[in-house]
Amino acid sequence: MARPVAQAAADEARAGDGQARPAEVGKGELRVEHVSKVYDPEGAAFVAVDDASMHIAPGELRVIVGPSGCGKSTFLNAIAGFHSISSGEIWLDDELLCGPNKPQAKPGADRVVVFQHNALFPWKTVLDNVTYGPIVQERLSKKEARDLGRERMEQAGLAGLEDRYPSELSSGMQRRVEIVRALVNDPKVLLLDEPFRGMDSLTKSVMHESLLEIFDKNKVTVMFITHDIDEAVFLGDKVSVMSTRPGRIKETIEVDIPRPRDYRVLTSPRFRELMAGIHGEVEIEARKAFEAGEREMA
Amino acid sequence: MEMETRPEGQATEATEQGVPGTDQREVARTDGYQGAREARVGQSVQAPMAPVTGWALRRRKLRKALTGPAGRRGALGVVAFIALWQVVTKLDEWVGPQVPLVGALPAPSDVVLRLFELVATGGFWSSWYLSFGRVMWGFAFAMLVGIPFGLLMATSATAKRLLFPPFEVLRPIPPLAWVPLAILFWPTQELSITFVTFLGAFFTVVMNTVGGGEQIDRRYILAARSMGANKWRMFRRVVLPATLPSIATGAVVGMGITWEVVVAAELISGGGGGGSAGGGLGFLVWNSYQGGDIAAVVVGMISLGIAGYISSILVRMASNLTMPWKRLA
Ligand SMILES: Nc1ncnc2c1ncn2[C@@H]1O[C@H](COP(=O)(O)OP(=O)(O)O)[C@@H](O)[C@H]1O
Ligand SMILES: [Mg+2]
Repeated sequence: MARPVAQAAADEARAGDGQARPAEVGKGELRVEHVSKVYDPEGAAFVAVDDASMHIAPGELRVIVGPSGCGKSTFLNAIAGFHSISSGEIWLDDELLCGPNKPQAKPGADRVVVFQHNALFPWKTVLDNVTYGPIVQERLSKKEARDLGRERMEQAGLAGLEDRYPSELSSGMQRRVEIVRALVNDPKVLLLDEPFRGMDSLTKSVMHESLLEIFDKNKVTVMFITHDIDEAVFLGDKVSVMSTRPGRIKETIEVDIPRPRDYRVLTSPRFRELMAGIHGEVEIEARKAFEAGEREMA
Repeated sequence: MEMETRPEGQATEATEQGVPGTDQREVARTDGYQGAREARVGQSVQAPMAPVTGWALRRRKLRKALTGPAGRRGALGVVAFIALWQVVTKLDEWVGPQVPLVGALPAPSDVVLRLFELVATGGFWSSWYLSFGRVMWGFAFAMLVGIPFGLLMATSATAKRLLFPPFEVLRPIPPLAWVPLAILFWPTQELSITFVTFLGAFFTVVMNTVGGGEQIDRRYILAARSMGANKWRMFRRVVLPATLPSIATGAVVGMGITWEVVVAAELISGGGGGGSAGGGLGFLVWNSYQGGDIAAVVVGMISLGIAGYISSILVRMASNLTMPWKRLA
C-alpha cells in the first residue's frame, strides 16, 4: 500500500549522499510500515506492538530505545522472522519480508541477529562458530569460509583465538566473536537485541568502541536495541524512542555528533543535550510502564 | 551473569582495550594470570587459556590424590579395612571362637589364593569374555536404537504423541521381568541375555536423549535459523551436538544398569552356553555359591566391580572424544 512512496524514498536514499557513512548502493534499507503484533490473539490478545513505523536508511546505525517490556524485542523478532506480525508490512530493500498475505518473515542470513545472551555454539571452536553461516548456506567452501573467518577475526582484533572454545573467552570477547560471526554472513541488516546488557560500564564502553570500529569497516545497516540512553546516543546515527502500551515508534532523533566518536564524546555539551532530551522522552514511557504494572498488580 | 563467572577476563580486557592492537597481549596476560592462579590452587581454574590437558593433568591429579593428606588417609582406611576383615574372619583359626555373622566369610588371604587359582583356568577368563560381550552388545544396540528413537521423539511432536505412551508403559517393567519372554522369543540363550541387557540400557538412553533434545537452549536454534540453517543442518550441527551431553549422561547410567542386568540374567538363565565354570561373571558368582566355594564368590564379585569400572571408563573416554569442548570444564 505504501509501496510507491516507500520506493521513492528508497530511490532517494540510493541517490542521496547526505549519509555520514554511505553504504553500498541499495543495500540494507529497512522499512517497517504500520506493524502491529498481538500475542495470543485468540485468548488474552495482548497488544505488544501497535502501528509502529520506521525507516532505516542503508548503512545507518539506528538505535531503538525504550523501557523494558515496551515491545522492542517483539519488534526485532518480527523483522528477524522469529514470529508473525498481526498487521502491517516489513520491507527489506525491494523484498516484502512480511505483510498481509505472509504474516511471518522467513528467517535468513540477510538479517542476522545477535542476542543479549551469548548464543555462540559451545561445541564449536571460535573459528567454526564464525564460519557457521557461510558453510550452512553453502555459499563458500569450507576452505574459503575459514580464510574469510580468519581475516574477519583478525580485523576485529580476535586473531589467535581461532581454535579456542567459546567457554575459554571472556564475555566481552564472546560478544565480539558473535558480532563477527553475524557479519561474516554479509547481512543487509544486523539486528542487535541489547547485546551488552548486564556488562559493567567499563567493559561496555570498550565494546562500544569495538562495535563502532567493526561497523565502520563493514558498512552494514544496523538496528540496535537498548534501554540504555548513553549507549543509544553514543552509538546511533539516529535514535528512535519506543513508547509503552502501545509499543510504537514515538519519536526519532538525529544524533549530529561526528564520527569517529570516542569516549570524550560522552562529556561534550551536545551529547549531554541529546541525552537530556531522549532521557525525558524515555522516562515518560518508563513511568507509564511502571504505572501500568502497578494497576495490573492491584 | 557471564561476567560474574569470569571477572578476571573482563577486568583484563576492559583495562587494556583502550590501546589499539593490544589483543595479543591481552591473551598473554590472561594466560599468565590464570597460570599463576592455577599453580596456587593446584588445579585447573575454569577455562584456562592454555589448558593443561590430557595425561599431564591427569597424572598431576592422580599424584596429588595419592600423596596428599587425603590420599594417605584414604589408603590407610583401605589397609585398615582389609586388616580388620582378615582378623575377623581368621579369628576362629587363630584364637578359637568364631565372630558371629561376618566370621563365616572368606578371609582376604583366601580370596587372593582362590584368585590365583582361578586366573589359571580358562573358565574364569571365558566368564569375563562372555559377560563383557553381552554387556557391550546390549549396550551398543541400546545406543544404536535408543539415540535415533529419542531424537525422533524430541524433534517431532507427531512422533512423540505416537510413540511416547507405549514407551512409558513399557519403561517401568523391570528388565528381569522380560527374561521368560526373551527366552521364549530368541532362538539362543545368548541372544536372550543380550536382549535383556539391551533393555536395561535402552530406556535410560531414550529418556536422556529425549530430555536433552527437548531442552536445547532456544538461543542456539534461533541463531542457527537466522544464519540460514536448513532443517538437516539444524539437526546435524545444532540439535545433535546440543543433545550429546545428555546422551553421554544416559550412556553412563545405562552402562551401569547393563551390568546389573547381565548378572541377574545370567543367574536366571543358567549362564548360557558357557559351561559350568565359564557362563559369565554373574553365573560364576551363583555357581560358586551353590558349590559352597565362597572365596570364588568374592572373586567373582570383585571381578564384576572391576569390569563395571573399566566399562564406565570406556564410556567416559568415548564421550570425551565426541565432546572435545567439554574436556575444558
Ligand atoms: N510470547 C509472548 N506472549 C505474550 N506476551 C509476550 C510474549 N513475549 C513478550 N510478551 C509481552 O510483550 C511485551 C513486550 O515484550 P518485549 O518485546 O520482550 O519487550 P522489551 O524487549 O522491550 O523488553 C511485554 O509486556 C511482554 O510481557
Ligand atoms: Mg527485550
